[in-house]
This record gives sequence, C-alpha cells and structure tokens, in this order.
Amino acid sequence: MVDRVPVLRIGDALLVSIQVDLQDRVAIQLQDDLSERIVETGAKGVVIDISGLEIVDSFVGRMLSSIASISRVLDAETVVVGMRPAVAITLVELGLYLDGVRTALNVERAFALIAARSSGASLVAQGAIDTDLPTAGTDP
Amino acid sequence: MTLTEVAVEDAEVLLISADDDVVRARQATRAIAAKASLSLVEQTKVVTAASELARNTLIYGGGGQVRVELVRSARRTGVRLQFSDDGPGIKDIDLALTDGYTTGTGLGLGLSGSRRLVDEFDIRSGSESGTVITIVKWGR
Repeated sequence: MVDRVPVLRIGDALLVSIQVDLQDRVAIQLQDDLSERIVETGAKGVVIDISGLEIVDSFVGRMLSSIASISRVLDAETVVVGMRPAVAITLVELGLYLDGVRTALNVERAFALIAARSSGASLVAQGAIDTDLPTAGTDP
Repeated sequence: MTLTEVAVEDAEVLLISADDDVVRARQATRAIAAKASLSLVEQTKVVTAASELARNTLIYGGGGQVRVELVRSARRTGVRLQFSDDGPGIKDIDLALTDGYTTGTGLGLGLSGSRRLVDEFDIRSGSESGTVITIVKWGR
C-alpha cells in the first residue's frame, strides 16, 4: 500500500492524482502535505483528480472539504475533477454535498479555472465556469 | 426492519482492528457484490456503506469483525454484511441514526447515510453485548 500521495507542481497549481483506494491515515497525510506545499510554492490552485477512486465515503468527503477550506484560507482554490458517476450518485444519497468544493469535469478545465483566477481575471473565470459558449454572437 | 430469509452461498469473515482492515472490508465487499451481479451503482453504494460501518466498528466499537456473505432469496442474489464489535454499545439508536449526529469528530453521516444506501438495515446494541449491524443490498 502507498503511504503518501505525490503532489506535483505544474505552473501556479498543484496536482494530486489519487490512483488507489486510500487508507484514512494516507488521506490525512495528504491534507497536511498539501497545506505545506501551498505555502511553500505560493500555488494559486490545487487540482485533485479522483478518477481512480471507486468510492468516496464521508471520511474522504470530509477530507476534500477541509482541503478546500484550508487552501482557500491560504489563497488557493481547490478543484476536484474526475468523479465517477456512480460515486456522485452515492455521495448525494449518503447525504454528502461537498460544500465549498469546486468541481470540474476534467483536469484541463480545472487548470483553466485556476489560470484565469491567478491572472487576476476572476470575473472572466466566473464566466468561463457558467458557460462554455463565447458570448459574442449570441445576441438575439 | 426485519431481514429477509436467505440462503448463504459464500461467506468470509474479516477482522477489523486497524486502518487497512477498513480498506480490506471494502475490497471484500466489492468482490462479493460483483459476484452477486449488482450493478456498478449498487456495488458503489454497498461498498461505501461497508466503508462507513467498518470505520464505525473500528473507531466506536474499538474493533471487531465483519462477515461478508453472498446471499440468495427466492428471487435474487445480494450481499449481506454483518459488523459486530464488543464496544460500549449505542445508548440511543434513534439519535445515532439522525443525520449529523456524532459522538466523535466525523460528519455524523456514517450510520444514517449507510442506511439510505442499502435495502435492509438492522441494528442491535447493548452495553453488555456490543453492537451488531446487518445490512443487505440486493441485485435487481
């Protein structure tokens, strides 16, 4: 079993890809590692790829929420990507809504969100989240 | 809730005494759920419930065991899990089954949430006898 999930730095963001079933203590370790790396690198965003996770239970859900809260306090945004459909259905039925956790469909979109934010164009980023369509030419 | 009469076709007992036993309980549940022809969403739900209950057995029950069974009723196959511990028992079961209630540091969704994820749920608890929780998830 792995003891640690690697944290990669890519530009202004940190990327974590969870590929295996996590033991509780490895999840806690990841939370600690990420907090330190955010401060150390001045990262503006954290992308957590959970496409490898077969389940997200309340423990992992709570970990994702606290990573999001901690990184926000440290001026970085957390984006969770790659949630499997069966996991999403189960999470909602479990009663877990991942409050405060931003999600994106894939890593590429998550990086676009973070890049937009770190270039100071938060309003533009907001627009990019709400719609993928260019606004030009959509007038009636 | 009364549990359906079943024939047990396959059974395995796992001890729950450490972090990685929770992971093993998830894996054993997944294997039996696949064998019982549960759909991917149903498998995900029962594995998530198994994770919550195994962690409860570890944290609140002070450790215990889980019996993972492939069961058959007149019409269908399913997974039955029985978690048991010799812990202090649950004083007020109704309260413990309330969303958001916890005596620990979690989210209070483990018990109430896992009940929503399965088809049958039975809980027995006493200060002398510990806690026994039985759940069943049926294939369609």
